[in-house]
Amino acid sequence: MSSNSFAYNEQSGGGEATELGQEATSTISPSGAFGLFSSDLKKNEDLKQMLESNKDSAKLDAMKRIVGMIAKGKNASELFPAVVKNVASKNIEIKKLVYVYLVRYAEEQQDLALLSISTFQRALKDPNQLIRASALRVLSSIRVPIIVPIMMLAIKEASADLSPYVRKNAAHAIQKLYSLDPEQKEMLIEVIEKLLKDKSTLVAGSVVMAFEEVCPDRIDLIHKNYRKLCNLLVDVEEWGQVVIIHMLTRYARTQFVSPWKEDDGLEDNEKNFYESDDEQKEKTDKRKKTYAMDPDHRLLIRNTKPLLQSRNAAVVMAVAQLYWHIAPKSETGIISKSVVRLLRSNREVQYIVLQNIATMSIQRKGMFEPYLKSFYVRSTDPTMIKTLKCYNFLTYVKSQDKQFAAATIQTIGRCATNISEVTDTCLNGLVCLLSNRDEIVVAESVVVIKKLLQMQPAQHGEIIKHMAKLLDSITVPVARASILWLIGENCERVPKIAPDVLRKMAKSFTSEDDLVKLQILNLGAKLYLTNSKQTKLLTQYILNLGKYDQNYDIRDRTRFIRQLIVPNEKSGALSKYAKKIFLAQKPAPLLESPFKDRDHFQLGTLSHTLNAKATGYLELSNWPEVAPDPSVRNVEVIELAKEWTPAGKAKKENSAKKFYSESEEEEDSSDSSSDSESGSGSESGEQGESGEEGDSSEDSSEDSSSGQESESGKFPSKNILWYIPQEKEKKTKQDRNPLTKDVSLLDLDDCLYSCLCTNENSCAASSNEWKRTSCQLLLSETALHFW
Amino acid sequence: MIHSLFLINSSGDIFLEKHWKSVVSRSVCDYFFEAQERATEAENVPPVIPTPHHYLLSVYRHKIFFVAVIQTEVPPLFVIEFLHRVVDTFQDYFGVCSEPVIKDNVVVVYEVLEEMLDNGFPLATESNILKELIKPPTILRTVVNTITGSTNVGDQLPTGQLSVVPWRRTGVKYTNNEAYFDVIEEIDAIIDKSGSTITAEIQGVIDACVKLTGMPDLTLSFMNPRLLDDVSFHPCVRFKRWESERTLSFIPADGSFRLLSYHVSAQNLVAIPVYVKHNISFRDSSSLGRFEITVGPKQTMGKTIEGVMVTSQMPKGVLNMSLTPSQGTHTFDPVTKMLSWDVGKINPQKLPSLKGTMSLQAGASKPDENPTINLQFKIQQLAISGLKVNRLDMYGEKYKPFKGIKYMTKAGKFQVRT
Repeated sequence: MSSNSFAYNEQSGGGEATELGQEATSTISPSGAFGLFSSDLKKNEDLKQMLESNKDSAKLDAMKRIVGMIAKGKNASELFPAVVKNVASKNIEIKKLVYVYLVRYAEEQQDLALLSISTFQRALKDPNQLIRASALRVLSSIRVPIIVPIMMLAIKEASADLSPYVRKNAAHAIQKLYSLDPEQKEMLIEVIEKLLKDKSTLVAGSVVMAFEEVCPDRIDLIHKNYRKLCNLLVDVEEWGQVVIIHMLTRYARTQFVSPWKEDDGLEDNEKNFYESDDEQKEKTDKRKKTYAMDPDHRLLIRNTKPLLQSRNAAVVMAVAQLYWHIAPKSETGIISKSVVRLLRSNREVQYIVLQNIATMSIQRKGMFEPYLKSFYVRSTDPTMIKTLKCYNFLTYVKSQDKQFAAATIQTIGRCATNISEVTDTCLNGLVCLLSNRDEIVVAESVVVIKKLLQMQPAQHGEIIKHMAKLLDSITVPVARASILWLIGENCERVPKIAPDVLRKMAKSFTSEDDLVKLQILNLGAKLYLTNSKQTKLLTQYILNLGKYDQNYDIRDRTRFIRQLIVPNEKSGALSKYAKKIFLAQKPAPLLESPFKDRDHFQLGTLSHTLNAKATGYLELSNWPEVAPDPSVRNVEVIELAKEWTPAGKAKKENSAKKFYSESEEEEDSSDSSSDSESGSGSESGEQGESGEEGDSSEDSSEDSSSGQESESGKFPSKNILWYIPQEKEKKTKQDRNPLTKDVSLLDLDDCLYSCLCTNENSCAASSNEWKRTSCQLLLSETALHFW
Repeated sequence: MIHSLFLINSSGDIFLEKHWKSVVSRSVCDYFFEAQERATEAENVPPVIPTPHHYLLSVYRHKIFFVAVIQTEVPPLFVIEFLHRVVDTFQDYFGVCSEPVIKDNVVVVYEVLEEMLDNGFPLATESNILKELIKPPTILRTVVNTITGSTNVGDQLPTGQLSVVPWRRTGVKYTNNEAYFDVIEEIDAIIDKSGSTITAEIQGVIDACVKLTGMPDLTLSFMNPRLLDDVSFHPCVRFKRWESERTLSFIPADGSFRLLSYHVSAQNLVAIPVYVKHNISFRDSSSLGRFEITVGPKQTMGKTIEGVMVTSQMPKGVLNMSLTPSQGTHTFDPVTKMLSWDVGKINPQKLPSLKGTMSLQAGASKPDENPTINLQFKIQQLAISGLKVNRLDMYGEKYKPFKGIKYMTKAGKFQVRT
């Protein structure tokens, strides 16, 4: 290639512009192909010479190679002096490439970069808007702190430029300057204010972006431009639309009252975080009869609707989240169709959209029901699946992809718990699956069946027997542990099998997984209590084995159980309760969707996807109680102002009707108390389901109190226990009276149980938890001896 | 917004990096490689990966990972959509988007990327505008440029960038004025064992190729617009006219573009144009299984079905297959267990079939399930939903354009369970 281009160069010599001399170019012949660069010094020397030559084509070649180096991530910084000289080149391509280079390396070579500044300053006054704009772009992109004042000046000038394109670039430059020197904030806000008034659609998106970056809290700057932005929205380029919509969502949440009426508000109270605190609930109620939507609010909702038809997934999702967060519930339905449409897009888009759908559907069931079909194959999504028939699942279970099959089974479980009518069908289906040859499928089914049976144990002795038989063939520890737990729980219903199972387990105890060992111990203890005649020796044997186990959790447990169930003179008080402790009825776990807790993030945001707060995430505020003065949005046009007066009136009525509130407040308080009760009940269930929550320090007494509450219904005789002031428990563990000890042990069992219920992913978490509980255990044991 | 972009090929080399703000070390990609290792297949790499200081959002296309580095909160779809747009632009510029092509055109790629984003915020993503700013490389232009010393870079601000129709440049001139529209529909369906339809839906697009002089204003109307249930438009289509009159009114972009994509409303029954008769059986004791499938036309409105292709992922236990097709060619890959049969055209008088035996692993028990059959086919001159374009009118220009409309139906994800 070198010889080729060289030949061209020579030929072109005459035809080229006059500035090119007939200089011999033999010294600068470009060596090697473009693809092959090495950071070889010689080569760089070569490039330098090319850059210093008089021929544009040579310079261009050199710059192209340098850009190639940059693209590959190779260091080309030592060429800086040679490159920077070409910043004033007349050839626009060379110029552009020099810009690329400058932006990349100026930060490293600040002094030399200053050489180029005067060129930019000159270019900023160029009659060609493209040149003005690109000069501003580069000037603002070289991150050299010394030139901040120059940048500031340039931005100010550019923001008054006649060309909207230059103004757009000014808006971009604002963000760059802000990240370079946050102290310029005040001045920059002034520029933003000015640019927000701009009527060009070109500028709108960029300036809102700058607004979001620099001063997202200065919502007052938006007021006057709100209506303009709403009206321009359709014509703004798509990326700008996304940013503007997100900003307007936040704006609407601070400036308008909630359009969510009470009737749907009520069902939301439990699920929706907005109304989670009582205060907020009151507000919703108060508003219910007097609510009249602010015309500006309506304007926003109306003007964003056509954007649902955008080809850009990000725009559609942005509108969807806007509707979700600010539109009346009755109108949210229209987004589902468009969102479902996104599912036919690329896999990455699907991934994000499905997550969002999951959140939405959990909160507002039924929203996506008409679109069930679209979810057929990819369904890991709880609500939509709800209404699907079980056989459909069974087809998926046969799928080759075992992980997918496992997920499907879990979903069946959730589905069964949510809709009681299909529970039986599901259960039957799952039992069929037990005879499947694939181990993972069986194991997963066992775990799910266990959860299901726990809810309605009475009539399923057959299944338990079947599962006991399976114990011989299953090797997945979680499944084995689940079966053992089930048998232990229901040992009175299957009196013949249980001891036999224990016998088998005793034989294989040493080779079992830790998780299984713990359950063997539990089973032994339970059987010992119900059927001590047959199993006394067996249990003793197992306890002995456990005592010398390598795992300290198991040793702890062994010691604990021994103290509890083997009667000796020291531990009399507690062993009376042993049976109750072990055979207490456990609350059935709620099978929760993993998407449950995502809803506190704004939909469509990165934070929502990650389920963690991302840097720079802006919290969506709650609805204000009373709408701030709508007149701030009035622009100085008189007709407009007239139009908005009714809104003001509505607001007055609003305050006049406050006498409703008293009675409703009462209702609310009772509501909320019952809410909190049921909340705590489900909390303990959740501990069973998801590892993170189970991890939430079971030993802290506040937490355990919630567990107590949920059990209180089942132990009326012990009610007195629950009134023990928590402070007392907190004080010191040693001076606990036996009753509190009892409580803590109960908690412990609860906690053991929750460890068991957790899926494989929480196993790691539970072992941590165990360290804590075992400490507690030792303490209580010492206390026992004391007693 | 978007901080940096890394392009990574399938063997894990970063072959291009571009930074729009300060430089992010490429070691940030290590987190990506980690995730890639965990996800056994390229398709399974999560699109969003959090790292301690950055977030990595990636798309995977043409065997290249496009990894964007983000530092602050941003709608993930925004980034993903943008990355896809980048890929589309490359494809538009270079015809294909592959590692060697990108490497060969690294300068153009860099210039394009520079124009697409400013400080991480999209600046010009419309390919019409980009092409005016940076001209796509053609052999002729490369030669001319080397001779004359002119460049690929335009020195004027693209007119579209400033106008209300950013997708169209001014001063377009053609000697033959023509406007072609392709209505392409895809059927996604799942057919169960007994031949009844579990789910079926139709998606369609209208691709336009418009080469018209000046600033034409087109109106496209349908015979049965009610069929279109859920539509998404190219930005050029006027929403209001659609809402009120159900006609498409637009000033077209220059060249090829996707005017509209739609979904046919669920109430309409979907006509399934093909049926598959199958008889696949394994027996517990024997190491031989029977395999027989026949494909035939169902509701085709008299059109022939072409380009039929049958593929099926056979169970792991199948060692080999000995089959004879009545037409077309078939292959079976004993490693991936993928059976494919290129049928070609279906002749309704003589239905194509594929018969034979499967040899199974000796001693292994029979597979749990029968394989699913995937079908591909094409039907020319037919929009299976029945959608028909009524007329195309042009306003604003004097000349008479040549107009053409083509219909086609294809199989999307068409599965038959056996």
